[in-house]
Amino acid sequence: MDKELGREIILEHFSHPLNKEEVNDSKYLKVNSNNPNCIDNLNIYLLIEDNIIKDIKFMGEACAISTSSTSIMIKNLIGKKIEDAKEYINNFNHMCNEEEYDEDILNEGLAFQDIYKQSNRKNCALLPYKGILKALEEYEKKSD
Amino acid sequence: MHREDFPLLKQDLIYLDNGATSLKPQSVIDKTIDYYENYSANAHRGDYDISYKVDLEYENTRDLVKDFINAKRKEEIVFTSGTTDSLNLIVNGFFKNYLEKGDEIILTKTEHASNIMPWFRIAGLTGAIIKYIPLDDNHFVTLENLQKIVTPNTKVISLAEITNVVGDKRPIKEITKFAHEHDIFVVVDGAQSVPHIKVDVSDSDIDFLAFSAHKMLGPTGVGIMYAKYELMQNIEPVNLGGGMNESFESPSKMVLKEVPMRFEAGTPNIAGVIALGEAIKYLNKIGMDNIFKYEKDLRKYLIEKLINIPHIDILNLEADSGIVAFNVEGIFSEDVAYYLNKYGICVRAGSHCAKLTKDVLGVVNSIRVSLYFYNTEAEIDNLVDLLKDKDKILKEML
Repeated sequence: MDKELGREIILEHFSHPLNKEEVNDSKYLKVNSNNPNCIDNLNIYLLIEDNIIKDIKFMGEACAISTSSTSIMIKNLIGKKIEDAKEYINNFNHMCNEEEYDEDILNEGLAFQDIYKQSNRKNCALLPYKGILKALEEYEKKSD
Repeated sequence: MHREDFPLLKQDLIYLDNGATSLKPQSVIDKTIDYYENYSANAHRGDYDISYKVDLEYENTRDLVKDFINAKRKEEIVFTSGTTDSLNLIVNGFFKNYLEKGDEIILTKTEHASNIMPWFRIAGLTGAIIKYIPLDDNHFVTLENLQKIVTPNTKVISLAEITNVVGDKRPIKEITKFAHEHDIFVVVDGAQSVPHIKVDVSDSDIDFLAFSAHKMLGPTGVGIMYAKYELMQNIEPVNLGGGMNESFESPSKMVLKEVPMRFEAGTPNIAGVIALGEAIKYLNKIGMDNIFKYEKDLRKYLIEKLINIPHIDILNLEADSGIVAFNVEGIFSEDVAYYLNKYGICVRAGSHCAKLTKDVLGVVNSIRVSLYFYNTEAEIDNLVDLLKDKDKILKEML
């Protein structure tokens, strides 16, 4: 993705993040995600029905990278089946860790294509993914 | 002042995070190396020449610390691993045995974690109650507000002399006078004050003091616990082992060494303690009053510039120290810190380990600039120039 376009996408999602709101609904699974080496701290709320991610919301104190990464993640995961969501998450993780990944499915997530070059900010981009994986794990444990 | 003495300043860096740790002058670094190269024996075993030299140097630092804070006796100085260790020793070694159910511990909400968490635990163990001094509009402690919450059950007041986010300097001497009239002990967290102002424990009459070497030009891993000599007998050592006992035969037959040695079990941070002595000599040469005046002037210079930037919100306009906390409107503090880092400027973003401070300031996170005597007006100009243009921050923070 073009660098300037990527920057614009990140800034847009930072300025107007999707679904940034508190949730007080017991149907939602709530997980906290934070990085030990920085001050980002997010609560992520996940709603799954019939194996499909119906909704994700988030709230917390986080930097521009974390906030926009969360917003972009939410945009791309809502409506996906759990297994497809996992594939998206894996690809994003791979991209951030300089491993092989499928560009075609990441959409705006590609705005973070170069984040691996800033090792101290890589974890900011990955923070919501850490959280959502935790939420999915909890969901699956519950469903077992 | 004295920038040429600090090797790190040869790099293209503007270091404004002195509240976290200070830089080290060459003399302190040399002193550390000298120990490892020329006499790296253990302490308290003066059976041969280089070991004897270790004892002399190690105890010389104790004398230097005693004079630096104007303690009455060198036995009142205990070497620890840092302020946190010192505060934990004070709380767990003394107050754990002293406090009873219903006793009151007075703190403030702007304390560092290490002056809150040990008290929380001890409150849980003893049934003592934590109370906070209400702060005034500037988030300062006043004697009047303290007087309002003291009761006959109040047993101890523990507070920082200078806080690490608000940067306010507390009236320790007045507080202590009042406290002692009511048989209340005073514990002072000196982490942010001892490196920057003249601290005189005899004049203020405080009972306990904790501070760290690394924030005052010394090495990491060394701290000081000061306690009045008459209280030291009642502090129970937290660590038992080598170097602190006279003899031991059975659980009921353990004879401890005299104070302060009984608090320094195990091999201490010898190189660190010795190098701290060098740091104190260096600070004495400049003079603590000169350091404080310089920092206050530099802070004023910074405030006068920041106050004219509309998108900057200063959280502690009035503070008698070198600490300035602020936020850039609409931008997360850590993003601003990343942006400044691109220009070689080191500042701290976050809650600065003072997580109750959010109740006072109304914000969780902030950017903190903390000055020392080697910072300059030119560095401030550089910082302010970068903060002036909000669009530039937004553009370059990613």
